[in-house]
Amino acid sequence: MTNSVLEGTMRSRPVYGVLEPRPGKAHLIVADGEGAGAVVDLVARAGETAPAMLARTHIIYMPGPNGTDAFESLKALGAAQAFRTHDYSTAQPRLKKVLGDAHMGLQIYTTGTEGLMGQVLRDVMEAGLPAQAVQTEHRGSTVRRVQCVHCKGITENVRTDPFQCSHCGLHLFVRDHYSRRLAAYQGVNIDAEDPGEVPPAVERFK
Amino acid sequence: MGLEFNEETFRGDFSFKNSPKAIKRFPFPFPEDSYMYSVNMEPHVPGPKGSVFEHTFDVDEHYVSEMRDRAMVLADDPLRCQSLPHMTLAGWDLLELIMESKARDYPHWFELHKNGNKWHWINRPLEIEQKFTFLDETTLPCGPLEYITRQTQGDFTLQDQRDNNLFIEAGMVTTQADWSLDFDIGMSFQEWHAPVPMAHELGVFDRALKFLLKLQLGAPVRRFNWTMTVDPLLDTSPENYPKWGPTKTTLTMDNIGRRQHLRVELQTLHRLPRSNAIAFPIRAYLISFQDLVTVPKWARRLHRVIRDVPEPLATYKGFLRNRPLMVEYLSQFDDGKPTSPGWWPEPE
Ligand code: HEM
Repeated sequence: MTNSVLEGTMRSRPVYGVLEPRPGKAHLIVADGEGAGAVVDLVARAGETAPAMLARTHIIYMPGPNGTDAFESLKALGAAQAFRTHDYSTAQPRLKKVLGDAHMGLQIYTTGTEGLMGQVLRDVMEAGLPAQAVQTEHRGSTVRRVQCVHCKGITENVRTDPFQCSHCGLHLFVRDHYSRRLAAYQGVNIDAEDPGEVPPAVERFK
Repeated sequence: MGLEFNEETFRGDFSFKNSPKAIKRFPFPFPEDSYMYSVNMEPHVPGPKGSVFEHTFDVDEHYVSEMRDRAMVLADDPLRCQSLPHMTLAGWDLLELIMESKARDYPHWFELHKNGNKWHWINRPLEIEQKFTFLDETTLPCGPLEYITRQTQGDFTLQDQRDNNLFIEAGMVTTQADWSLDFDIGMSFQEWHAPVPMAHELGVFDRALKFLLKLQLGAPVRRFNWTMTVDPLLDTSPENYPKWGPTKTTLTMDNIGRRQHLRVELQTLHRLPRSNAIAFPIRAYLISFQDLVTVPKWARRLHRVIRDVPEPLATYKGFLRNRPLMVEYLSQFDDGKPTSPGWWPEPE
């Protein structure tokens, strides 16, 4: 697997690769935003086996947090099923159904933002499927999904560091420490020791 | 509460105190005048009588009050105790290990009677008596891990072993040095240690993991870790950091001796028989600077260690901002004399 080029070296951070077609009885693809481009590349890489693969492919797609919506490029591929939804929480019931019905030999591909891929990986593991069945490829926005360690609330699409927790309102700095189970980075109160001294927010994730 | 146990608090008025006996047996963690991370593990064999190593699980004068503090933390935040579904058996393994050890080592306080799987547990200091069926969860008021660790000092984590790695998949964590079980649960050895500076590059974690994967039943090991805590607060959790963080800014030369505490973790590692998991008890001991400097060797040595500890470690342990004040205070008790190797007090 090639390594991701995302900043940071903390060892709890996931490493992403490049999607490669693998032989399988069925193919599930979950993508958001610019991930559509990785799906198109994946199908191109399948070459002459692409039609057979697409005949057994189910695509679930949603726009990226930056608004990128390339669903038309996916529809044009001609997969057996191509479904567009608004965001992960609306996609989740469908995804869980597909994972619950899965047989041996299901290949899973997920691509786009870290928040999307992390949640897919989490739901795949929760469904009891092996993590090796999943390939990932990062594309597009680097915004983060962050858990506030204080109130436990998750803030999606965090762009700046520090940022304000969307649940309890504390000002949090974003650690590189990452939990696969929560599919989130950790946010910790930045002015705990000196209440009120919050440095200006810097746009670290775009 | 009997005479043997202190009536004290680890919050609010912080009435926690070490008796002269507790100071004397304090597990001072520095065998030399400097400190750096290393694979510092040794067999957890019984130590000298009266020392914290005398028994598998040390029960001391703080026992009853610490258990009361744990109950308060859990009432506020039940997520401090979690166990993924496949870890219940490891919880029973731990319950057995603790009950058998305590009944053997402290028969005047704890009793365990077994009739096949019908067990009868008596905990006199906490006034608990429980009849239950071993390995039958419905016969305890809560899961086995929670049940026994509400009655045992120190934090506990349980690690499943698979794929040549360890996974932290259960725990009771209410007295931690600033890490979150809720966040870390499910992580591998390298993942949960990710925030630690320098040690990965030194190969400490690769070597430690390799060693642990081969840990044998009946051959536990131990190591020390340490950090600094303002006021005798057990619950220095990241969850509550906004509550205890501000106390770091209130230290002065006048109050540092009383309020700054060295926090030492005696960590032990035990292979468990049925689950093949590893239990990791993390027992925290606190001592105020003013009590610590009553032992001249410890005073000299702590001064030198704190003065020279690499900045990334002081930052990670959260005392960089107070290091100058600590060094100023401790330097009063360092006459520059050499110290002998080993952590025990000089025979002065
Ligand atoms: C298998 C049981 C173990 C568990 C569950 C465990 C857990 C942890 C956790 C949660 C932290 C805090 C990380 C953070 O900042 O978020 C930590 C720190 C650390 N651990 Fe472990 N650990 C274990 C075994 C070991 C062993 C065998 C070593 C031996 C070298 C070790 C060395 C360290 C060191 C050096 C630190 C940094 C502590 C400090 O400077 O305060 N750990 N450990």
